[in-house]
Amino acid sequence: MTVARFWRKIPQRYNLVGTKCTTCGRHFFPPRTFCPDCRRNGKIVDHKFAGFGTVVTYTVIQTEPDNFSSPGPYVLAIIKLDEGPQMTTQIICDPKETKIGMRVKSIFRKIATDGESGIIHYGTKFVPVE
Amino acid sequence: MRDVAVIGVGCTKFGEHWDRSFRDLFVEAGALALEDAKLSGEKIDAMYVGNMSAGRFIEQEHIGALIADYSGMATRHIPATRVEAACASGGLAFRQAVIAVASGMEDIVVAAGVEKMTDVEPGASTDALTGAADREWEGFVGATFPGLYAMIATDYMHKYHMTREQLAQVAVKNHFNGARNPIAQFPNEITLETVMKSTMVAEPLRLFDCSPITDGAAAVIVAPLERAREFTDTPIKVLATAQASDSIALHDRRDISTMDASVAAGQRAFKMAKLTHKDINMVEVHDCFSIAEICAIEDLGFCKKGTAGKFTADGETALGGKIPVNTSGGLKACGHPVGATGIKQVYEIVQQLRGDAGRRQVENAKIGMTHNVGGTGATVAVHILGRV
Ligand SMILES: [Zn+2]
Repeated sequence: MTVARFWRKIPQRYNLVGTKCTTCGRHFFPPRTFCPDCRRNGKIVDHKFAGFGTVVTYTVIQTEPDNFSSPGPYVLAIIKLDEGPQMTTQIICDPKETKIGMRVKSIFRKIATDGESGIIHYGTKFVPVE
Repeated sequence: MRDVAVIGVGCTKFGEHWDRSFRDLFVEAGALALEDAKLSGEKIDAMYVGNMSAGRFIEQEHIGALIADYSGMATRHIPATRVEAACASGGLAFRQAVIAVASGMEDIVVAAGVEKMTDVEPGASTDALTGAADREWEGFVGATFPGLYAMIATDYMHKYHMTREQLAQVAVKNHFNGARNPIAQFPNEITLETVMKSTMVAEPLRLFDCSPITDGAAAVIVAPLERAREFTDTPIKVLATAQASDSIALHDRRDISTMDASVAAGQRAFKMAKLTHKDINMVEVHDCFSIAEICAIEDLGFCKKGTAGKFTADGETALGGKIPVNTSGGLKACGHPVGATGIKQVYEIVQQLRGDAGRRQVENAKIGMTHNVGGTGATVAVHILGRV
């Protein structure tokens, strides 16, 4: 990913800034600039998510793609944020302890590196809520 | 709208063709289809080509023109159009060809599909395939394609208590069928143990739950039904063509383990053909992963949600069962050259309806269905074909 392509999404990736439609109240993460329910009548504003959610489904990736920072198997999950939307993320935890319905909270972490000496991409991962 | 028929089909052997190029593959498939329809190239009015990612796999774009050129059609300047919808590219190319003929705009049209996947390192091909999902919000955070389907499997097994063994039976059955298909990438049967002991890729999916990286091409020729007998004694009528979309990312779906686009495309196809699932003699579904076949046969209505694991383990989807599924071996055993898969599905159903399917022939096959999925279900194409 080029620097610009990454940089323009830094607030969203680092701080879980999504959007909200003030017409119907629906929240969007990943952010959308067009409400699929209200269409042209929707008014979209930025919304910072609280960062808490619940695991909907998950897997343990055994063969990680090139450039990813995880040294071994990692937990990939779809979580439902408390505000409503669902997102795909990694969860930092013991793979054996991952469960559907588990409560998680967001944390700032390294995601990937572009090549051996390339730029490091940071973003949001999740950890179990104690 | 005019009725449309398939008048010729051709397919290369699927596999790792180290000695053959992208061009070699589509020229062979096209020539086989022309020969099958006893046609010369001068009769072709237009071409639609399904291809997912020649740009990533062989650093070549502008595939429509390339194929027209090397098939000898460029001197006649016929329109040649590339169609892209990830793994559903072939199904959409077929649909475009059918629409062109049905509308009356064109008469004799080629629908082809091709993918040459082994000219890049495995890491690069895996990364190219990730482009079928949401790169920014799935791929970027570490989702791989097996990983996304694994999350569908986790959700499904949690909700419906399908066993890991029942899921494995999809691959066992598809390898059994593939071993009876001369174009299949894998000529071997496997056992439950082969699947259960294979390498874990993304829990709960193992290597033998996943379709392979494949080179291959397929082509079919469509014409107005009223003219079909000029070219063949066994025209196969297109009874329905349907297509549906859904969110690009898996996390935005209404239900993780139901592909609503499969449900919608299936219902539209049955309505157009005025048929129900009970009228279908065999179906080629998109089993890029074993769990995808489980969801597909439910979403198309062949069995109730949550029962496909038992339905499969009971042999109802095998040859001789209630509804034979993936008699070609499916994507798992026949292979999955992404852009060619949707056309190969039509090729297999036509073989079955003509009675040319050899050791995997479904007895008295009259009506067949194809189901081609892009990504994790963001695009689905469904077709119903029947003997005339
Ligand atoms: Zn709205």
